[in-house]
Amino acid sequence: MDALTIEKAVAAPVDEPLRASVIDLSFHYGEKQALFDVNFPIHDRKVTALIGPSGCGKSTLLRAFNRMHDLYPGNRYQGEVILYPEQINIVSPAVDPMLVRLKIGMVFQKPNPFPKSIYENVAAGLWVRGIRKKSLVDDRVEFALTQAALWDEVKDRMRSSAYGLSGGQQQRLCIARALAPAPEMLLLDEPTSALDPIATARIEELIMELAPTVKIMIVTHNMQQAARISNYTAFMHLGRMVEFDVTTNIFTSPKERKTQDYITGRFG
Amino acid sequence: MSNEHTRIEGETIDERLLVKRANRQDLRFAVIGLCVLIVAMVALLALIADFMLDGVPRINFDFFVNYPSRKPEQAGILSAWVGSTLVMLTTAALAVPIGVAAGVYLEEYARKNWITDIIEINVTNLAGVPSIIYGLLALGLFVQTLRLGQTILVAGLTLALLILPIIIVTTREALRSIPLEIREAAFGLGADRWQAVWMYLLPAARPGILTGTIVGMSRAIGETAPIITIGALTFIAFLPPAPIQLEFPFVNFQWLNSPFTVMPIQMFNWISRPQVGFHVAAAATGVILLAMTLLMNGLAIYIRYRIRRGMK
Repeated sequence: MDALTIEKAVAAPVDEPLRASVIDLSFHYGEKQALFDVNFPIHDRKVTALIGPSGCGKSTLLRAFNRMHDLYPGNRYQGEVILYPEQINIVSPAVDPMLVRLKIGMVFQKPNPFPKSIYENVAAGLWVRGIRKKSLVDDRVEFALTQAALWDEVKDRMRSSAYGLSGGQQQRLCIARALAPAPEMLLLDEPTSALDPIATARIEELIMELAPTVKIMIVTHNMQQAARISNYTAFMHLGRMVEFDVTTNIFTSPKERKTQDYITGRFG
Repeated sequence: MSNEHTRIEGETIDERLLVKRANRQDLRFAVIGLCVLIVAMVALLALIADFMLDGVPRINFDFFVNYPSRKPEQAGILSAWVGSTLVMLTTAALAVPIGVAAGVYLEEYARKNWITDIIEINVTNLAGVPSIIYGLLALGLFVQTLRLGQTILVAGLTLALLILPIIIVTTREALRSIPLEIREAAFGLGADRWQAVWMYLLPAARPGILTGTIVGMSRAIGETAPIITIGALTFIAFLPPAPIQLEFPFVNFQWLNSPFTVMPIQMFNWISRPQVGFHVAAAATGVILLAMTLLMNGLAIYIRYRIRRGMK
C-alpha cells in the first residue's frame, strides 16, 4: 500500500510514456449516441480508472477498446483510439477487430469461465493464437495463474471444471485467462461488482500488483475502488469526459464542479 | 517491425498473420456455405416451381367449392379442405392443452428421479416414431376397440398423439431456456408454483411453445399414412354437419362423428388415377396445401413478433 501511495505522490510527470490516446471518440448505439467527443490519455504501466454514475458511458468506452461493440449490428465509432507504439487506430473500421482483441485482453463484469477445465480456460488464449507446444502452454498457464494469485488454490485440480470454483476464484481465473497470452493492455469492466468484499480485496490487490510490472489496465468501478487502486481517474457524465487527472487530484482537488458533486456523493 | 509482434517466452506471435489467416478461413467457409445453400435452395425452388406450373392454372373458385368428381375438370377439393380444417382444429384443441400441460408438469412440478427420466427419454423418442405406427395404434384402439368409427374425432385424436411429443419437448425446452432470474424473481416474491407458471413462466415461454405447436401442426396437416390406416374415405361428396347452428345451443359437435377426407389423401387418390386431368388437380391441391402450411407458419411468425415486441 505504501509503495503505491508514494508512487501516486510522485506521479504525473508530463513526459510519462503513453500507451494509448483517445481522440474525439464518439460512439452510437444505432440512433442513440452514447459517447460525445471523449479525449484522454492512457499512461503506460499505470491503472486508469473510469468512474461516473450508471449510464454515463464508462462501460461503453471500455468496451470500445476491445471492439466488443462490433459484435452487434448498428453500432458506430467516430474519432480515434491510437494504440502505441504501433500507432494504429483501434476503432477504425479498417482495423480488424480480431487484431485489436489479440492485443488487448478483457475481463467482464460477471465471471464468465468456459464450461471446461481450469487448465483449458487459462490455455484458451494461447490455443487461439496457435501456441500448442505443451511445455510452453503449461509454463504460461502456471505463470498466469500465479500472476492472478490463483495458482496455489487450483494447482492440484487443474483438470476439474472451472464451474467448481467460487465466484471470486472464477473472476481471478478469467483474469488469468486474459493474462496468459501477455496482452498489451488489460481491460477490466467492473471486475468486482459481482463479488463479496473479501474476493474484491484480493482482486484489487492483484490489480495493484500487476500494474507496475505487467500491463496497463482500465477499471471502471465505484469511487472508493478507483481511489484505492488507480493512478489516473477519468470522471464521466452523460457520455462526456468531465475531468481526467491524477487520481489524488480528482479526489482531493477536482477542477470541475460536477466532479466534486459526484465524489462528495451529492449525485450519482 | 518487432513492435508488431508479441513475444511469449521465445515464441513470436505475428498477430497480423493470425488475422489474415482467420479472414482467409472465414472467406473459405462462407463460400462453401453459400454454395451449399444455393444447391439446397435451387433444388427446393425447382420442385416448388414445377408444382406451381402444373397446379396454379387449375386453381379457381370452383375448385374450392366443388366435390370430387369422376370428371377431372369438375373435380374440386371442398370436402378435402373442410376435412383438413376440421381435423386440424380437433388436433390443435386436443394436443396443445395436453402437450403444454404435460410439458409444464414435467418441467416445473415433477420430481426429478428415474421415473421422470424414463418418461423424458420415451417422450423424446416418441417424436421420432414413424407415423404409420400411430395409425396402427389408432386403428386398434380408437376404431376397433372403442368403436369410434372412421371419423374426424379419431383423425384428430391420432394426429394429436402424433404431435404431442413435439409440443411437450418444445414446451419443456422453452421453459428451460427462461433465464433463471425470472424464476427466482417470481418465487422470491412469494408466488406459488401455479402463479409463477401462469403469470411469468408461460408468458415468457410463449414464443417457444408457439413454434413447437406450429411445427407439430405443419407436420400433422401433411400426414397421410395414419389417416389412411384408420380408414379415411377417399371419395366424399358431402360435408360434415355445420359446427354452428341457429337454434340453441348454437354449437353442434355432430361433425366430430362424421366421415371425412383430408387434402393429402385427396392428392394421393388423384395421383393414382390414370387421367392427366386428375394429376393436374393433385398438383393444384399440393399448391394449396403448401400455401396453408405457409400461412400457418406466417401467422406463427407474426404472433411471435407481436409477443416479442410486447415484452420489450
